[in-house]
Amino acid sequence: MSLTTQSSANFWLTRPFSERSTQIFLVVLLATLALVTLLHVAVPAGNPLHIGAYTVNLFGKYLSYALLAVAVDLVWGYLGILSLGHGAFFAIGGYAMGMYLMRQIGDRGTYGDPVLPDFMVFLSWDSLPWFWHGFDMAWFAFAMVLLAPGLLALVFGFLAFRSRVTGVYLSIITQALTFALMLAFFRNEMGFGGNNGLTDFREILGFDLRTDATRLGLFLATGIALALGFILCRAIVTSKLGRVSVATRDAEARTRFLGYRVERFQLFVFVVSAMLAGLAGALYVPQVGIINPSEFSPIFSIEIVLWVALGGRATLYGAVIGAILVNYAKTIFTGVMPDAWLFALGGLFVFVTVFLPKGVAGLLEHLKRRRHDPTPTPDKEATA
Amino acid sequence: MSFFQSLTERDRVFDFMTPQASKVDVRHGPILYMEDVTVSFDGFKAINNLNLTIDDGELRCIIGPNGAGKTTMMDIITGKTRPNSGSVWFGSRHNLLNMNEPDIASLGIGRKFQKPTVFEALSVFENLELAMAADKRILPTLTARMTGEIKDRIDEVLETIGLTTLRHQPAGILSHGQKQWLEIGMLLMQRPRLLLVDEPVAGMTEQEMERTAELLTGLAGKQSVVVVEHDMGFVRSIARQVTVLHQGSVLSEGTMDQVSSDPKVVEVYLGADDEEAA
Repeated sequence: MSLTTQSSANFWLTRPFSERSTQIFLVVLLATLALVTLLHVAVPAGNPLHIGAYTVNLFGKYLSYALLAVAVDLVWGYLGILSLGHGAFFAIGGYAMGMYLMRQIGDRGTYGDPVLPDFMVFLSWDSLPWFWHGFDMAWFAFAMVLLAPGLLALVFGFLAFRSRVTGVYLSIITQALTFALMLAFFRNEMGFGGNNGLTDFREILGFDLRTDATRLGLFLATGIALALGFILCRAIVTSKLGRVSVATRDAEARTRFLGYRVERFQLFVFVVSAMLAGLAGALYVPQVGIINPSEFSPIFSIEIVLWVALGGRATLYGAVIGAILVNYAKTIFTGVMPDAWLFALGGLFVFVTVFLPKGVAGLLEHLKRRRHDPTPTPDKEATA
Repeated sequence: MSFFQSLTERDRVFDFMTPQASKVDVRHGPILYMEDVTVSFDGFKAINNLNLTIDDGELRCIIGPNGAGKTTMMDIITGKTRPNSGSVWFGSRHNLLNMNEPDIASLGIGRKFQKPTVFEALSVFENLELAMAADKRILPTLTARMTGEIKDRIDEVLETIGLTTLRHQPAGILSHGQKQWLEIGMLLMQRPRLLLVDEPVAGMTEQEMERTAELLTGLAGKQSVVVVEHDMGFVRSIARQVTVLHQGSVLSEGTMDQVSSDPKVVEVYLGADDEEAA
């Protein structure tokens, strides 16, 4: 028996940490967090190795995108639900965080109203809409970061999965969902700041958002959230529920026939994924300093799927690689030649589809197998 | 004995905690009883006054030309299709017409579809694990652990279907015949009382057919098995009781010899089949 068979001999017993790639991923992630912190804090600013606050902030943004990509990979890679509307959950998590940050401004806004955010004063509203109550309390706002996207996913998923809407039809209605929300949030009377969104944030939990220390803290918090979200997803996909998900992805009717209420499993995983996306959005907003309806745009949701496809579907760590790679490339490209970015993205996607159908993660696994196993073993043929 | 008395019995596991064996009532003999069942699709009667009784532990073969209603009959038993009239009973307690697909499956009716659909990305072992009779709600599934008992049960079925050496291979690499056996194994994991097997040997080699015949005859007695098959040679090799369907109702019933000498059967089916075979 070759090495590959040996390792697969126990893979139904896997726990979140048991797979080698997960261990490597977590070690690399934590080491990166530590290294960035060290280079930011301990290395003096003039040194070429120093990492500035701007870069730390940028990395923090990438990590929140990575968490979003993991959430999408959970539903797409393992459950086969191609959600083209995960940007909606991300944005709602972001809005929940934005509402908290707006309330934190207090009377320091341009109009100096102690309760009403600036845009409400500007629209001459005289009291806070009902859904803004409670967001001055951090615990409430942070709970909403998870609950609001979770609830939307629950209602939407309940209706969609109960009617057995799957495949391309589901993708289309998720697009419609995020598009509808974008149009709604653009309206001033929705009470979310219209097309300007929420911005001009001052502090989070009492820490000034403009200081380097807070930015570093947010970067680390995002990194840790990514690690925990990753472990949660690993725990789900290595459980029996994860195997039921894969079974649903590959043969839904057959899984239903085995006695699993497929629509409930889909709903469960979809809601977990939406909550993770909401968390990613909440970590994203204080780092970029603004949340506006453009996060709901259908293009953004499609872009997330591209990150996952590029990194490698159904691996989780591939989603992280994809999100960071594409967004890094985007940062570079939009700096050098902004007009060419969408062409580059399209070209990248074509390249990956043609040459790396399993994404970067697939390439890594292939290289690993080649190294362990230079000659193709006749193992499979012999036993089949 | 009352519920509270059973609580105080310390020498055994509480009744209500032990997994319920199928409570199908077969004291009166038949495990499946279909009476005057009629199904029509847009006026076309796919099943027309069908009467069929399967005894507990029996191995029954059902043959009939294309369009005779064999697959529709299976759809009715498993709850996929609702008949326009008639009654379908499982044992003498369960009215299948009042139940939905998952409930019927968990009651102990397993169906093997014509085209093998195994979960190709999962290993043979995992395929059986998912198929096992277990609490299939979300949280129990999320926290399910592999116990020795479950493992033994899976090993036992792997042995029965002869796939022990391939247990950790992804099901996608199995040959056609092996996939069929894995499917039967997946049904066995649910400890069914009644197995519905749709064309098990289509596309199989001679050796695979022999192996399948052994497997199915070995299962009868422990379970009731209903096999729908086109291949007359195969039916001859396993069948004790044969039912011939034609245009949605039973044309003839009996042993293979009785059936094949029935002039009505010769006319509508066997003659045609011999031509096909030739």
